[in-house]
Amino acid sequence: MRLSWFNITSLTLGFAFLYLPMIILVIYSFNESRLVTVWTGFSTKWYGELLSNQAFLDAAWVTLKVAVFSSTLATVLGTLAAYALVRGARFPGRTLFSGMIYAPLVMPEVITGLSLLLLFIGIGLDRGVLTIVLAHTTFSMCYVSVVVSSRLVSFDQSLEEAALDLGCSPWDAFRLVTLPIIAPAVVSGWLLAFTLSLDDLVIASFTTGPSATTLPIKIFSAVRLGVSPEINALSTLMIAVVTLGVIIASLISKRNFVREQHGGEGRH
Amino acid sequence: MRRVLIIIVPYLWLLALFLIPFAIVLKISLSDVAMARPPYLPQFSWEDGLGAFLSQLDFENFTFLTTDDLYWKAYLSSLQIAATSTLLTLLVGYPIAYAMARAPDEWRATLMMLVILPFWTSFLIRVYSWMGILSQEGYLNQLLLGLGVISEPLIILNTKVAVYIGIVYTYIPFMILPIYAALHRLDSSLIEAAEDLGCSRAKAFWLVTVPLSRNGIIAGCFLVFIPTLGEFVIPSLLGGSGTLMIGKVLWEEFFNNRGWPIASAVAVVLVLILIIPIVLFQQNQQKQNEAQS
Repeated sequence: MRLSWFNITSLTLGFAFLYLPMIILVIYSFNESRLVTVWTGFSTKWYGELLSNQAFLDAAWVTLKVAVFSSTLATVLGTLAAYALVRGARFPGRTLFSGMIYAPLVMPEVITGLSLLLLFIGIGLDRGVLTIVLAHTTFSMCYVSVVVSSRLVSFDQSLEEAALDLGCSPWDAFRLVTLPIIAPAVVSGWLLAFTLSLDDLVIASFTTGPSATTLPIKIFSAVRLGVSPEINALSTLMIAVVTLGVIIASLISKRNFVREQHGGEGRH
Repeated sequence: MRRVLIIIVPYLWLLALFLIPFAIVLKISLSDVAMARPPYLPQFSWEDGLGAFLSQLDFENFTFLTTDDLYWKAYLSSLQIAATSTLLTLLVGYPIAYAMARAPDEWRATLMMLVILPFWTSFLIRVYSWMGILSQEGYLNQLLLGLGVISEPLIILNTKVAVYIGIVYTYIPFMILPIYAALHRLDSSLIEAAEDLGCSRAKAFWLVTVPLSRNGIIAGCFLVFIPTLGEFVIPSLLGGSGTLMIGKVLWEEFFNNRGWPIASAVAVVLVLILIIPIVLFQQNQQKQNEAQS
Protein backbone atom coordinates (compact mmCIF):
# COMPACT_ATOMS: atom_id res chain seq x y z
CA MET A 1 0.00 0.00 0.00
CA ARG A 2 1.38 3.41 -0.87
CA LEU A 3 1.06 6.30 1.51
CA SER A 4 -0.90 9.32 0.40
CA TRP A 5 0.60 12.79 0.64
CA PHE A 6 -1.66 13.56 3.55
CA ASN A 7 -0.33 10.60 5.52
CA ILE A 8 3.28 11.37 4.69
CA THR A 9 2.78 14.96 5.85
CA SER A 10 1.17 13.94 9.12
CA LEU A 11 3.95 11.45 9.85
CA THR A 12 6.67 14.00 9.06
CA LEU A 13 5.08 16.79 11.06
CA GLY A 14 4.18 14.44 13.89
CA PHE A 15 7.67 13.07 14.32
CA ALA A 16 9.20 16.52 13.86
CA PHE A 17 7.00 17.69 16.74
CA LEU A 18 8.09 14.73 18.87
CA TYR A 19 11.79 14.98 18.17
CA LEU A 20 12.72 18.58 17.30
CA PRO A 21 12.59 19.93 20.87
CA MET A 22 15.04 17.28 22.01
CA ILE A 23 17.29 17.73 18.97
CA ILE A 24 17.45 21.48 19.62
CA LEU A 25 18.30 20.77 23.25
CA VAL A 26 21.15 18.47 22.21
CA ILE A 27 22.53 20.96 19.66
CA TYR A 28 22.46 23.90 22.07
CA SER A 29 24.19 21.89 24.78
CA PHE A 30 27.33 22.39 22.66
CA ASN A 31 26.84 26.15 22.58
CA GLU A 32 29.69 28.17 24.01
CA SER A 33 27.60 31.07 25.29
CA ARG A 34 26.01 31.17 28.72
CA LEU A 35 23.03 32.85 27.08
CA VAL A 36 21.41 29.63 26.02
CA THR A 37 19.41 30.92 23.09
CA VAL A 38 22.26 32.74 21.34
CA TRP A 39 24.66 30.54 19.37
CA THR A 40 28.24 31.78 19.60
CA GLY A 41 30.32 28.74 18.81
CA PHE A 42 30.93 25.06 19.41
CA SER A 43 32.20 24.06 22.81
CA THR A 44 32.03 21.15 25.21
CA LYS A 45 32.80 23.30 28.22
CA TRP A 46 29.36 22.83 29.83
CA TYR A 47 30.02 19.09 29.98
CA GLY A 48 33.26 19.79 31.80
CA GLU A 49 31.49 22.15 34.15
CA LEU A 50 28.76 19.60 34.77
CA LEU A 51 31.18 16.78 35.53
CA SER A 52 33.13 18.94 37.98
CA ASN A 53 29.95 19.97 39.81
CA GLN A 54 29.98 17.83 42.93
CA ALA A 55 26.35 18.55 43.81
CA PHE A 56 25.16 17.08 40.50
CA LEU A 57 27.40 14.03 40.85
CA ASP A 58 26.12 13.39 44.38
CA ALA A 59 22.53 13.74 43.20
CA ALA A 60 23.20 11.33 40.32
CA TRP A 61 24.63 8.79 42.73
CA VAL A 62 21.61 9.07 45.07
CA THR A 63 19.24 8.71 42.11
CA LEU A 64 21.01 5.62 40.83
CA LYS A 65 21.03 3.99 44.27
CA VAL A 66 17.32 4.68 44.75
CA ALA A 67 16.49 3.40 41.25
CA VAL A 68 18.44 0.14 41.60
CA PHE A 69 17.06 -0.73 45.05
CA SER A 70 13.47 0.32 44.39
CA SER A 71 13.17 -1.30 40.97
CA THR A 72 14.61 -4.60 42.23
CA LEU A 73 12.33 -4.65 45.24
CA ALA A 74 9.38 -3.60 43.06
CA THR A 75 10.11 -6.40 40.58
CA VAL A 76 10.04 -9.04 43.32
CA LEU A 77 6.88 -7.66 44.95
CA GLY A 78 5.16 -6.94 41.65
CA THR A 79 5.84 -10.42 40.28
CA LEU A 80 4.51 -11.99 43.49
CA ALA A 81 1.44 -9.78 43.29
CA ALA A 82 0.83 -10.70 39.65
CA TYR A 83 1.22 -14.38 40.46
CA ALA A 84 -1.19 -14.08 43.37
CA LEU A 85 -3.76 -12.26 41.21
CA VAL A 86 -3.58 -14.46 38.12
CA ARG A 87 -2.84 -17.91 39.58
CA GLY A 88 -3.93 -17.56 43.17
CA ALA A 89 -7.27 -19.09 44.07
CA ARG A 90 -9.88 -16.90 45.70
CA PHE A 91 -8.59 -15.42 48.90
CA PRO A 92 -10.21 -13.03 51.32
CA GLY A 93 -9.85 -9.41 50.27
CA ARG A 94 -8.97 -10.22 46.66
CA THR A 95 -11.00 -7.30 45.32
CA LEU A 96 -9.29 -4.91 47.69
CA PHE A 97 -5.93 -6.35 46.63
CA SER A 98 -6.53 -5.84 42.90
CA GLY A 99 -7.92 -2.38 43.67
CA MET A 100 -4.71 -1.51 45.48
CA ILE A 101 -2.69 -2.71 42.46
CA TYR A 102 -4.58 -0.53 40.00
CA ALA A 103 -5.28 2.57 42.09
CA PRO A 104 -1.67 3.80 42.33
CA LEU A 105 -1.49 3.80 38.51
CA VAL A 106 -4.13 6.53 38.28
CA MET A 107 -3.43 8.32 41.56
CA PRO A 108 -2.00 11.80 40.96
CA GLU A 109 1.63 11.92 42.08
CA VAL A 110 1.03 14.86 44.39
CA ILE A 111 -1.46 12.77 46.38
CA THR A 112 0.76 9.67 46.54
CA GLY A 113 3.63 11.87 47.71
CA LEU A 114 1.56 13.74 50.28
CA SER A 115 0.06 10.58 51.77
CA LEU A 116 3.41 8.80 52.07
CA LEU A 117 5.01 11.83 53.68
CA LEU A 118 2.23 12.01 56.26
CA LEU A 119 2.77 8.30 56.99
CA PHE A 120 6.54 8.68 57.39
CA ILE A 121 6.08 11.62 59.72
CA GLY A 122 3.36 9.77 61.62
CA ILE A 123 5.60 6.78 62.36
CA GLY A 124 8.65 8.98 62.92
CA LEU A 125 10.80 7.58 60.11
CA ASP A 126 13.75 9.79 59.18
CA ARG A 127 13.34 10.97 55.61
CA GLY A 128 16.11 10.23 53.13
CA VAL A 129 17.18 7.52 50.70
CA LEU A 130 15.24 4.83 52.55
CA THR A 131 11.92 6.66 52.41
CA ILE A 132 12.29 7.45 48.69
CA VAL A 133 13.05 3.76 48.04
CA LEU A 134 9.92 2.74 49.95
CA ALA A 135 7.81 5.27 48.04
CA HIS A 136 9.18 4.34 44.62
CA THR A 137 8.84 0.64 45.29
CA THR A 138 5.18 1.09 46.17
CA PHE A 139 4.07 2.73 42.96
CA SER A 140 6.40 0.90 40.59
CA MET A 141 5.48 -2.56 41.91
CA CYS A 142 2.00 -1.89 40.55
CA TYR A 143 3.39 -1.21 37.07
CA VAL A 144 5.54 -4.36 37.28
CA SER A 145 2.55 -6.40 38.35
CA VAL A 146 0.46 -5.17 35.40
CA VAL A 147 3.25 -6.03 32.92
CA VAL A 148 3.87 -9.46 34.46
CA SER A 149 0.17 -10.37 34.77
CA SER A 150 -0.44 -9.77 31.08
CA ARG A 151 2.29 -12.34 30.34
CA LEU A 152 0.97 -14.77 32.97
CA VAL A 153 -2.53 -14.59 31.52
CA SER A 154 -1.34 -15.36 28.01
CA PHE A 155 0.80 -18.42 28.61
CA ASP A 156 -0.37 -22.01 28.71
CA GLN A 157 -1.13 -23.04 32.28
CA SER A 158 -0.95 -26.73 31.42
CA LEU A 159 2.86 -26.44 31.32
CA GLU A 160 2.85 -25.66 35.03
CA GLU A 161 0.36 -28.43 35.70
CA ALA A 162 2.52 -30.90 33.78
CA ALA A 163 5.52 -30.01 35.94
CA LEU A 164 3.43 -30.51 39.07
CA ASP A 165 2.12 -33.87 37.79
CA LEU A 166 5.67 -35.00 37.10
CA GLY A 167 6.58 -34.48 40.71
CA CYS A 168 7.84 -30.91 40.93
CA SER A 169 7.09 -29.04 44.11
CA PRO A 170 5.07 -25.84 43.49
CA TRP A 171 8.22 -23.83 44.14
CA ASP A 172 10.26 -25.87 41.63
CA ALA A 173 7.46 -25.60 39.08
CA PHE A 174 7.52 -21.82 39.50
CA ARG A 175 11.32 -21.64 39.35
CA LEU A 176 11.88 -24.11 36.48
CA VAL A 177 8.81 -23.55 34.30
CA THR A 178 6.96 -20.33 35.06
CA LEU A 179 9.88 -18.02 35.74
CA PRO A 180 11.78 -18.73 32.47
CA ILE A 181 8.57 -18.15 30.49
CA ILE A 182 7.66 -14.87 32.17
CA ALA A 183 11.31 -13.70 32.32
CA PRO A 184 11.00 -11.20 29.43
CA ALA A 185 8.04 -9.54 31.16
CA VAL A 186 9.92 -9.50 34.47
CA VAL A 187 12.90 -7.83 32.78
CA SER A 188 10.73 -5.20 31.09
CA GLY A 189 8.96 -4.66 34.40
CA TRP A 190 12.31 -4.02 36.06
CA LEU A 191 13.33 -1.60 33.30
CA LEU A 192 10.02 0.23 33.58
CA ALA A 193 10.37 0.49 37.37
CA PHE A 194 13.96 1.67 36.96
CA THR A 195 13.04 4.48 34.53
CA LEU A 196 10.01 5.50 36.59
CA SER A 197 12.27 5.88 39.60
CA LEU A 198 14.98 7.78 37.68
CA ASP A 199 12.33 10.11 36.36
CA ASP A 200 10.27 10.86 39.42
CA LEU A 201 10.29 14.40 40.76
CA VAL A 202 7.04 14.84 42.67
CA ILE A 203 6.98 11.78 44.93
CA ALA A 204 10.72 12.10 45.68
CA SER A 205 10.27 15.77 46.62
CA PHE A 206 7.59 14.88 49.15
CA THR A 207 9.32 11.87 50.67
CA THR A 208 12.93 13.04 50.84
CA GLY A 209 14.65 14.89 53.62
CA PRO A 210 17.61 17.26 53.67
CA SER A 211 20.05 14.34 53.50
CA ALA A 212 19.11 13.09 50.03
CA THR A 213 18.63 15.10 46.83
CA THR A 214 17.84 13.21 43.64
CA LEU A 215 18.77 14.35 40.14
CA PRO A 216 15.20 15.35 39.14
CA ILE A 217 14.90 17.48 42.30
CA LYS A 218 18.22 19.12 41.48
CA ILE A 219 17.22 19.69 37.83
CA PHE A 220 13.83 21.07 38.83
CA SER A 221 15.25 23.63 41.23
CA ALA A 222 17.84 24.74 38.64
CA VAL A 223 15.32 24.89 35.80
CA ARG A 224 12.75 26.89 37.76
CA LEU A 225 15.02 29.91 37.35
CA GLY A 226 15.20 29.47 33.58
CA VAL A 227 17.12 27.58 30.92
CA SER A 228 20.71 26.76 31.83
CA PRO A 229 23.57 25.34 29.73
CA GLU A 230 24.61 22.80 32.37
CA ILE A 231 21.11 21.35 32.40
CA ASN A 232 21.21 21.17 28.60
CA ALA A 233 24.42 19.14 28.83
CA LEU A 234 22.93 16.90 31.52
CA SER A 235 19.77 16.38 29.45
CA THR A 236 21.86 15.42 26.43
CA LEU A 237 23.73 12.82 28.45
CA MET A 238 20.44 11.38 29.74
CA ILE A 239 18.90 11.31 26.25
CA ALA A 240 22.04 9.58 24.92
CA VAL A 241 21.89 6.88 27.60
CA VAL A 242 18.20 6.16 26.93
CA THR A 243 18.63 6.07 23.14
CA LEU A 244 21.57 3.71 23.46
CA GLY A 245 19.63 1.49 25.87
CA VAL A 246 16.60 1.29 23.59
CA ILE A 247 18.73 0.53 20.52
CA ILE A 248 20.59 -2.25 22.34
CA ALA A 249 17.32 -3.69 23.70
CA SER A 250 15.70 -3.69 20.27
CA LEU A 251 18.76 -5.33 18.67
CA ILE A 252 18.70 -8.07 21.32
CA SER A 253 14.98 -8.70 20.91
CA LYS A 254 15.38 -8.75 17.12
CA ARG A 255 18.17 -11.32 17.39
CA ASN A 256 16.07 -13.45 19.73
CA PHE A 257 13.14 -13.14 17.34
CA VAL A 258 15.24 -14.28 14.39
CA ARG A 259 16.65 -17.15 16.42
CA GLU A 260 13.17 -18.25 17.50
CA GLN A 261 11.96 -18.12 13.91
CA HIS A 262 14.87 -20.25 12.74
CA GLY A 263 14.49 -22.62 15.69
CA GLY A 264 10.81 -22.96 14.84
CA GLU A 265 11.56 -23.79 11.22
CA GLY A 266 14.09 -26.40 12.29
CA ARG A 267 11.57 -28.21 14.43
CA HIS A 268 8.81 -28.42 11.86
CA MET B 1 2.69 -21.96 53.40
CA ARG B 2 4.59 -20.54 50.43
CA ARG B 3 1.30 -19.90 48.68
CA VAL B 4 0.21 -17.73 51.57
CA LEU B 5 3.53 -15.89 51.57
CA ILE B 6 3.18 -15.04 47.87
CA ILE B 7 -0.07 -13.26 48.60
CA ILE B 8 0.66 -11.83 51.99
CA VAL B 9 3.93 -10.02 51.31
CA PRO B 10 2.70 -7.69 48.51
CA TYR B 11 -0.69 -7.43 50.24
CA LEU B 12 0.77 -6.13 53.49
CA TRP B 13 3.16 -3.84 51.60
CA LEU B 14 0.30 -2.15 49.76
CA LEU B 15 -1.84 -1.95 52.90
CA ALA B 16 0.97 -0.27 54.80
CA LEU B 17 2.23 2.03 52.06
CA PHE B 18 -0.84 2.76 50.00
CA LEU B 19 -4.07 2.29 51.93
CA ILE B 20 -2.99 3.44 55.39
CA PRO B 21 -1.28 6.60 54.07
CA PHE B 22 -4.44 7.47 52.23
CA ALA B 23 -6.49 6.89 55.37
CA ILE B 24 -4.16 9.31 57.15
CA VAL B 25 -4.81 11.95 54.48
CA LEU B 26 -8.53 11.45 54.98
CA LYS B 27 -8.15 11.77 58.75
CA ILE B 28 -6.07 14.92 58.59
CA SER B 29 -8.45 16.50 56.12
CA LEU B 30 -11.11 16.12 58.78
CA SER B 31 -9.05 17.39 61.68
CA ASP B 32 -8.61 20.84 63.10
CA VAL B 33 -6.20 23.27 61.52
CA ALA B 34 -4.42 23.98 64.78
CA MET B 35 -4.25 20.38 65.87
CA ALA B 36 -2.58 19.16 62.72
CA ARG B 37 -0.06 21.93 62.52
CA PRO B 38 3.48 20.59 62.42
CA PRO B 39 5.08 19.10 64.43
CA TYR B 40 2.14 16.97 63.76
CA LEU B 41 0.47 14.96 66.50
CA PRO B 42 -1.95 12.15 65.82
CA GLN B 43 -5.45 13.28 65.57
CA PHE B 44 -8.20 11.03 66.71
CA SER B 45 -8.41 8.52 69.44
CA TRP B 46 -10.74 5.57 69.47
CA GLU B 47 -10.50 5.10 73.21
CA ASP B 48 -13.44 7.33 74.08
CA GLY B 49 -15.77 5.32 71.89
CA LEU B 50 -17.46 5.89 68.56
CA GLY B 51 -19.55 8.85 69.67
CA ALA B 52 -16.51 10.84 70.69
CA PHE B 53 -14.77 9.85 67.47
CA LEU B 54 -17.62 11.11 65.35
CA SER B 55 -17.86 14.37 67.25
CA GLN B 56 -14.17 14.97 66.54
CA LEU B 57 -14.81 14.93 62.82
CA ASP B 58 -14.66 18.37 61.45
CA PHE B 59 -15.70 19.37 57.97
CA GLU B 60 -14.31 22.87 58.44
CA ASN B 61 -11.54 22.29 55.89
CA PHE B 62 -14.00 21.27 53.23
CA THR B 63 -16.22 24.27 53.87
CA PHE B 64 -13.08 26.39 53.72
CA LEU B 65 -12.44 25.02 50.22
CA THR B 66 -15.81 26.32 49.10
CA THR B 67 -15.44 29.75 50.70
CA ASP B 68 -11.98 30.61 49.41
CA ASP B 69 -12.44 30.93 45.67
CA LEU B 70 -8.78 30.02 44.95
CA TYR B 71 -9.67 26.35 45.36
CA TRP B 72 -12.80 25.99 43.28
CA LYS B 73 -11.23 28.19 40.62
CA ALA B 74 -8.22 25.85 40.60
CA TYR B 75 -10.46 22.78 40.23
CA LEU B 76 -12.43 24.38 37.40
CA SER B 77 -9.28 25.61 35.68
CA SER B 78 -7.68 22.13 35.97
CA LEU B 79 -10.78 20.55 34.44
CA GLN B 80 -10.80 23.10 31.65
CA ILE B 81 -7.06 22.74 30.92
CA ALA B 82 -7.26 18.94 31.03
CA ALA B 83 -10.30 18.91 28.71
CA THR B 84 -8.86 21.39 26.20
CA SER B 85 -5.50 19.68 26.03
CA THR B 86 -7.14 16.25 25.69
CA LEU B 87 -9.03 17.56 22.67
CA LEU B 88 -5.87 19.11 21.22
CA THR B 89 -3.95 15.88 21.78
CA LEU B 90 -6.70 14.02 19.91
CA LEU B 91 -6.54 16.47 16.99
CA VAL B 92 -2.76 16.16 16.73
CA GLY B 93 -2.56 12.45 17.55
CA TYR B 94 -5.32 11.09 15.32
CA PRO B 95 -3.68 11.91 11.96
CA ILE B 96 -0.39 10.42 13.19
CA ALA B 97 -2.09 7.22 14.36
CA TYR B 98 -4.04 7.08 11.10
CA ALA B 99 -0.93 7.45 8.96
CA MET B 100 0.86 4.83 11.06
CA ALA B 101 -1.96 2.35 10.52
CA ARG B 102 -1.79 2.98 6.76
CA ALA B 103 2.00 2.72 6.55
CA PRO B 104 3.64 -0.29 4.86
CA ASP B 105 4.04 -3.29 7.17
CA GLU B 106 7.82 -3.13 7.25
CA TRP B 107 7.73 0.42 8.69
CA ARG B 108 5.40 -0.39 11.53
CA ALA B 109 7.92 -1.65 14.08
CA THR B 110 10.13 1.40 13.54
CA LEU B 111 7.21 3.84 13.72
CA MET B 112 6.01 2.23 16.94
CA MET B 113 9.48 2.51 18.44
CA LEU B 114 9.66 6.17 17.43
CA VAL B 115 6.39 6.87 19.25
CA ILE B 116 7.42 4.99 22.38
CA LEU B 117 11.04 6.19 22.58
CA PRO B 118 10.28 9.67 24.01
CA PHE B 119 8.27 7.94 26.72
CA TRP B 120 11.49 6.40 28.07
CA THR B 121 13.25 9.77 28.21
CA SER B 122 12.87 11.88 31.31
CA PHE B 123 9.49 13.60 31.54
CA LEU B 124 11.13 16.57 33.26
CA ILE B 125 13.59 17.03 30.40
CA ARG B 126 10.88 16.79 27.77
CA VAL B 127 8.95 19.58 29.52
CA TYR B 128 12.12 21.59 30.05
CA SER B 129 13.02 21.39 26.34
CA TRP B 130 10.04 23.65 25.59
CA MET B 131 11.23 26.40 27.93
CA GLY B 132 14.05 27.31 25.54
CA ILE B 133 11.71 27.18 22.54
CA LEU B 134 8.84 29.24 23.91
CA SER B 135 10.56 31.91 25.97
CA GLN B 136 10.49 35.50 24.80
CA GLU B 137 14.01 35.35 23.34
CA GLY B 138 13.55 31.64 22.54
CA TYR B 139 14.10 29.70 19.32
CA LEU B 140 10.52 30.02 18.08
CA ASN B 141 10.48 33.80 18.44
CA GLN B 142 13.94 34.03 16.86
CA LEU B 143 12.72 32.02 13.89
CA LEU B 144 9.49 33.97 13.43
CA LEU B 145 11.22 37.34 13.86
CA GLY B 146 13.93 36.26 11.43
CA LEU B 147 11.35 35.22 8.84
CA GLY B 148 9.56 38.52 9.36
CA VAL B 149 6.28 36.81 10.29
CA ILE B 150 6.02 38.85 13.49
CA SER B 151 7.55 42.15 14.45
CA GLU B 152 7.41 41.68 18.21
CA PRO B 153 8.19 38.52 20.17
CA LEU B 154 5.16 36.46 21.12
CA ILE B 155 4.59 35.82 24.78
CA ILE B 156 3.89 32.10 25.06
CA LEU B 157 5.92 30.85 28.02
CA ASN B 158 4.09 31.30 31.34
CA THR B 159 0.68 31.25 29.68
CA LYS B 160 -1.96 28.57 29.29
CA VAL B 161 -0.89 28.05 25.67
CA ALA B 162 2.51 26.82 26.85
CA VAL B 163 0.76 24.41 29.22
CA TYR B 164 -1.37 23.04 26.36
CA ILE B 165 1.74 22.54 24.22
CA GLY B 166 3.55 20.81 27.08
CA ILE B 167 0.66 18.45 27.76
CA VAL B 168 0.12 17.56 24.09
CA TYR B 169 3.85 16.94 23.71
CA THR B 170 4.32 14.70 26.74
CA TYR B 171 1.05 12.77 26.64
CA ILE B 172 0.63 12.22 22.90
CA PRO B 173 1.96 8.60 22.93
CA PHE B 174 -0.98 7.69 25.20
CA MET B 175 -3.35 9.01 22.53
CA ILE B 176 -1.58 7.58 19.48
CA LEU B 177 -1.17 4.00 20.70
CA PRO B 178 -4.82 3.07 21.46
CA ILE B 179 -6.10 4.83 18.32
CA TYR B 180 -3.44 3.10 16.25
CA ALA B 181 -4.45 -0.25 17.76
CA ALA B 182 -8.10 0.39 16.82
CA LEU B 183 -7.29 1.60 13.28
CA HIS B 184 -4.87 -1.26 12.73
CA ARG B 185 -7.65 -3.79 13.30
CA LEU B 186 -9.99 -1.95 10.97
CA ASP B 187 -10.84 -3.87 7.83
CA SER B 188 -9.97 -1.59 4.93
CA SER B 189 -12.49 -3.29 2.64
CA LEU B 190 -15.23 -1.57 4.65
CA ILE B 191 -13.92 1.82 3.52
CA GLU B 192 -13.62 0.60 -0.05
CA ALA B 193 -17.19 -0.64 0.13
CA ALA B 194 -18.37 2.77 1.35
CA GLU B 195 -16.50 4.45 -1.47
CA ASP B 196 -17.89 2.01 -4.04
CA LEU B 197 -21.36 2.77 -2.78
CA GLY B 198 -20.83 6.45 -3.58
CA CYS B 199 -19.36 7.95 -0.43
CA SER B 200 -16.76 10.63 -0.91
CA ARG B 201 -13.47 9.97 0.82
CA ALA B 202 -14.24 12.48 3.57
CA LYS B 203 -17.69 11.05 4.09
CA ALA B 204 -16.36 7.49 4.25
CA PHE B 205 -13.87 8.69 6.86
CA TRP B 206 -16.60 10.24 9.04
CA LEU B 207 -19.13 7.46 8.57
CA VAL B 208 -16.86 4.40 8.71
CA THR B 209 -13.35 5.06 10.02
CA VAL B 210 -14.16 7.37 12.92
CA PRO B 211 -17.02 5.28 14.39
CA LEU B 212 -14.96 2.10 14.10
CA SER B 213 -12.03 3.68 15.94
CA ARG B 214 -14.34 5.07 18.62
CA ASN B 215 -13.07 2.80 21.40
CA GLY B 216 -9.49 3.78 20.69
CA ILE B 217 -10.43 7.47 20.76
CA ILE B 218 -12.26 7.09 24.07
CA ALA B 219 -9.40 5.11 25.65
CA GLY B 220 -6.82 7.64 24.44
CA CYS B 221 -8.83 10.59 25.75
CA PHE B 222 -9.13 9.08 29.21
CA LEU B 223 -5.44 8.13 29.27
CA VAL B 224 -4.59 11.78 28.64
CA PHE B 225 -7.35 13.41 30.70
CA ILE B 226 -6.90 11.45 33.93
CA PRO B 227 -3.19 12.12 34.55
CA THR B 228 -3.27 15.74 33.34
CA LEU B 229 -5.94 16.65 35.88
CA GLY B 230 -3.47 16.32 38.77
CA GLU B 231 -0.43 17.43 36.77
CA PHE B 232 2.23 19.42 38.62
CA VAL B 233 5.44 19.65 36.57
CA ILE B 234 3.97 21.12 33.37
CA PRO B 235 2.01 24.00 34.92
CA SER B 236 4.85 24.90 37.27
CA LEU B 237 7.54 24.99 34.55
CA LEU B 238 5.55 26.28 31.58
CA GLY B 239 2.46 27.85 33.13
CA GLY B 240 3.93 30.62 35.26
CA SER B 241 2.15 32.08 38.25
CA GLY B 242 -1.00 32.87 36.30
CA THR B 243 -1.93 29.29 35.43
CA LEU B 244 -3.98 27.70 38.13
CA MET B 245 -3.94 23.91 38.42
CA ILE B 246 -4.95 21.92 41.45
CA GLY B 247 -1.74 19.83 41.61
CA LYS B 248 0.26 23.04 41.88
CA VAL B 249 -2.11 24.51 44.48
CA LEU B 250 -1.78 21.37 46.60
CA TRP B 251 2.03 21.49 46.35
CA GLU B 252 2.18 25.15 47.31
CA GLU B 253 -0.34 24.77 50.10
CA PHE B 254 1.78 22.01 51.54
CA PHE B 255 5.32 23.29 51.03
CA ASN B 256 4.84 27.06 51.23
CA ASN B 257 1.88 27.57 53.55
CA ARG B 258 2.36 24.39 55.61
CA GLY B 259 -1.42 24.04 55.54
CA TRP B 260 -1.59 20.30 55.97
CA PRO B 261 -5.31 19.86 56.68
CA ILE B 262 -6.21 22.08 53.72
CA ALA B 263 -3.76 20.24 51.43
CA SER B 264 -5.27 16.95 52.57
CA ALA B 265 -8.81 18.21 51.91
CA VAL B 266 -7.71 19.38 48.43
CA ALA B 267 -6.32 15.86 47.80
CA VAL B 268 -9.52 14.14 48.95
CA VAL B 269 -11.71 16.28 46.67
CA LEU B 270 -9.34 15.66 43.73
CA VAL B 271 -9.66 11.89 44.23
CA LEU B 272 -13.46 12.21 44.35
CA ILE B 273 -13.41 14.13 41.05
CA LEU B 274 -11.08 11.56 39.47
CA ILE B 275 -13.31 8.62 40.35
CA ILE B 276 -15.86 9.59 37.67
CA PRO B 277 -13.53 9.46 34.62
CA ILE B 278 -11.75 6.38 36.01
CA VAL B 279 -15.01 4.43 36.35
CA LEU B 280 -16.08 5.51 32.85
CA PHE B 281 -12.69 4.44 31.48
CA GLN B 282 -12.96 1.02 33.15
CA GLN B 283 -16.42 0.49 31.67
CA ASN B 284 -15.13 1.40 28.22
CA GLN B 285 -12.23 -1.06 28.56
CA GLN B 286 -14.56 -3.81 29.72
CA LYS B 287 -16.92 -3.26 26.80
CA GLN B 288 -13.96 -3.38 24.46
CA ASN B 289 -12.68 -6.64 25.94
CA GLU B 290 -16.13 -8.20 25.65
CA ALA B 291 -16.45 -7.07 22.05
CA GLN B 292 -13.12 -8.66 21.22
CA SER B 293 -13.69 -12.01 22.88
